[in-house]
Amino acid sequence: MTVNSTALPQNQRPPEPHETAESVLNLAAQLRWDVGGEFHEHLMEAIYTDAARIADRAVSYPEKPARFDMDRTIDNLVTSRIWGFPLMLLMLTVVFWITISGANYPSQFLGGILLDTVHQFLKNLAVIVGLPWWLSGLLIDGMYLATAWVVSVMLPPMAIFFPMFTLLEDFGYLPRVAFNLDNFFKKAGAHGKQALSMSMGFGCNAAGVIATRIIDSPRERLIAIITNNFAVCNGRWPTQILIATIFIGGMVSAQWAGFISALAVVSIALLGVLFSFVVSWGLSRSMLKGEVSTFSLELPPYRPPRIWQTIYTSVIDRTLIVLWRAVVFAMPAGAVIWLVSNIQLGGLSLAEYFINWTNPFGLLLGLNGIILLAYIVAIPANEIVIPTVLMLTALVLGAGGAGAGVMFDPNSLADTEALLRAGGWTLLTGVNLMLFSLLHNPCSTTIYTIFKETGSLKWTLVSTFLPIGMGFGLTFVVAQVWRLLAG
Amino acid sequence: MTTHVKFANTLSAAPCETCPACNAGHLRKLGINMENWDYVVALAGNPNTGKSTIFNALTGLRQHTGNWPGKTVARAEGGFAHGDKNFKLVDLPGTYSLLSTSMDEEVARDFILFGRPDVTVIVVDATHLERNLNLVLQVLEITNRAVVALNLIDEARRKKLTVDDRRLTRDLGVPVVPMAARSREGVPDLLQTIHQVATGQTVGKPHRIKNQHKILNQAIDTLAVKIETLFPGLPNARWVAMRLLDGDERLIQAVQRGELGDLQPGNLAQANNAPEIPLEVAS
Repeated sequence: MTVNSTALPQNQRPPEPHETAESVLNLAAQLRWDVGGEFHEHLMEAIYTDAARIADRAVSYPEKPARFDMDRTIDNLVTSRIWGFPLMLLMLTVVFWITISGANYPSQFLGGILLDTVHQFLKNLAVIVGLPWWLSGLLIDGMYLATAWVVSVMLPPMAIFFPMFTLLEDFGYLPRVAFNLDNFFKKAGAHGKQALSMSMGFGCNAAGVIATRIIDSPRERLIAIITNNFAVCNGRWPTQILIATIFIGGMVSAQWAGFISALAVVSIALLGVLFSFVVSWGLSRSMLKGEVSTFSLELPPYRPPRIWQTIYTSVIDRTLIVLWRAVVFAMPAGAVIWLVSNIQLGGLSLAEYFINWTNPFGLLLGLNGIILLAYIVAIPANEIVIPTVLMLTALVLGAGGAGAGVMFDPNSLADTEALLRAGGWTLLTGVNLMLFSLLHNPCSTTIYTIFKETGSLKWTLVSTFLPIGMGFGLTFVVAQVWRLLAG
Repeated sequence: MTTHVKFANTLSAAPCETCPACNAGHLRKLGINMENWDYVVALAGNPNTGKSTIFNALTGLRQHTGNWPGKTVARAEGGFAHGDKNFKLVDLPGTYSLLSTSMDEEVARDFILFGRPDVTVIVVDATHLERNLNLVLQVLEITNRAVVALNLIDEARRKKLTVDDRRLTRDLGVPVVPMAARSREGVPDLLQTIHQVATGQTVGKPHRIKNQHKILNQAIDTLAVKIETLFPGLPNARWVAMRLLDGDERLIQAVQRGELGDLQPGNLAQANNAPEIPLEVAS
């Protein structure tokens, strides 16, 4: 293109690109001065006027407005000052109640197959093939068992929970939750859209951290990132559900067990939301001071969820992906557990050394050394906390007799409970594990995501160590008060 | 009616539309398989208008859809083939405007401007047309290679609203395709229209924002002429002028670095090498 060189007279300045860019920008700066500071407002006004005119010509409305507006009626109910919160709690409780009571039977069924039949079959096969004991131990008692456990514990609750959650999401309920919570977040000095990134966090904290991109202010976005971990994620729901079922549901008669366990899980989730508020409030008054920005939140129309499609995509998108991640981490973790349980130094395994060493500290927190070790093994994925705890408990008790680090088939809740009780667990251990599962460092994927999103080592460290510090503090206080009251 | 606008397909049903076998032959979902694409298509629109649903319908991918605004924060990419051409489809985060500063909106803005898609499909919610048009008018200032997907007409019908898509086509100056992506209604039409705009068979003459204030119009025109001299062939000099007058830092940088000049229309090889849009916050 030679417009510049040919069209302009020779005595004009040569068209040097950089200079010309400068001159355009200079002209822009000068014109900006001429048009005054209200350019943006005038432009927006022009856009709105045009849009209104065009829309008005294209859309014709019904002669009489519909007498009954379904959406508005539902909205008035679910975002009402009086009914909003009770309805939210009720809905959460019902979802967990269905999950807990529905997951029990398929879990037992899967456990029976994977942990009993297939495991026994593999062991027999190993004997026939003539695998050395350490190899069959590492592969079958370590890697296979950990994986099988993760699948049988996690698959049923996820297959029930995720479709229900996705249906609520599809229906349009999540923005109403955000609407209800907005006021609290604002009071806490955070952005109202944090309610949405928090909701995402209930699925996966790494996804929740990415979802904070909808928040424009860097200050409020950091608050949202740091507090996202207080939303109980996928990997932690199974721990919450299992422990609540055994220790809390176990306290009441069978017909109430499911409901009471669901209530306990909901309480933990709400406690997490409460911590979100408290920590946001603290941050916005200390490290991250600043003004709260305003925004408008659209309440989308309710849409009838497409049930089969939702179930299909939530099984593919969420359940299988999460399960796959758990399996990928469970296999090496299973190998590690088996190794630390079987490598011995002076008559004690490495795991026992560690457990004995941390046990006093764990007991101080109302937990034990096994749980602490499990949380270290589970840094890559929270999903494997429970399998690790069970394998290590079995190891310390010396149960099973099939080599160290092997679970004795806890394929029913009663067996699992018996194993944990034998390991010295009480109601306090159960409650504190639920609290610690809520308050500890994010998994390594989330930590990495936080680092990528913030680009700051400092905020990554804060997001990692703040929750675990709180976890230590809270479990310590609960344990001390509990013991004091129990005498 | 201007002679530039020829939208046979949106004005009368194409013969193929009623023939499922024929349609199935037209669309080949390529999923994430999109090594050799001929055209890049961007999906823009307000939050929660069904961009991801359309993305999934065209690519066969299962980008998670959810009924809440702000679900897509980064851009997702997939491919499809229609006729003998391969298309790369980019699903952008929902945005109400291209004039603000939050990161998800910047992703959308930067891609439409610097990524130079061959076609930009603006998905609008038929039940909230006025609000959605605010974004449409802004996109039309940037590109004339646009298609408006008038989505959720099933919802509009339920609410007894009628939207005159022909009138809208004339007023906006680009093709408008009524559709209900959730039930696949209008998808063949959309494909056909995308194809026509991409290949240049349909050339839009988009609506221009009319400023009420003379001095503003003069300023915009003066600056736009200068910008066109600096970057010959730039299709959106007027929009760049508006952004410069508004003091948009990103655009000022782009002019300084000559980024606008590197990306001439139709220069696909370069458009594909568009600067990677940073998704991380620099803090």
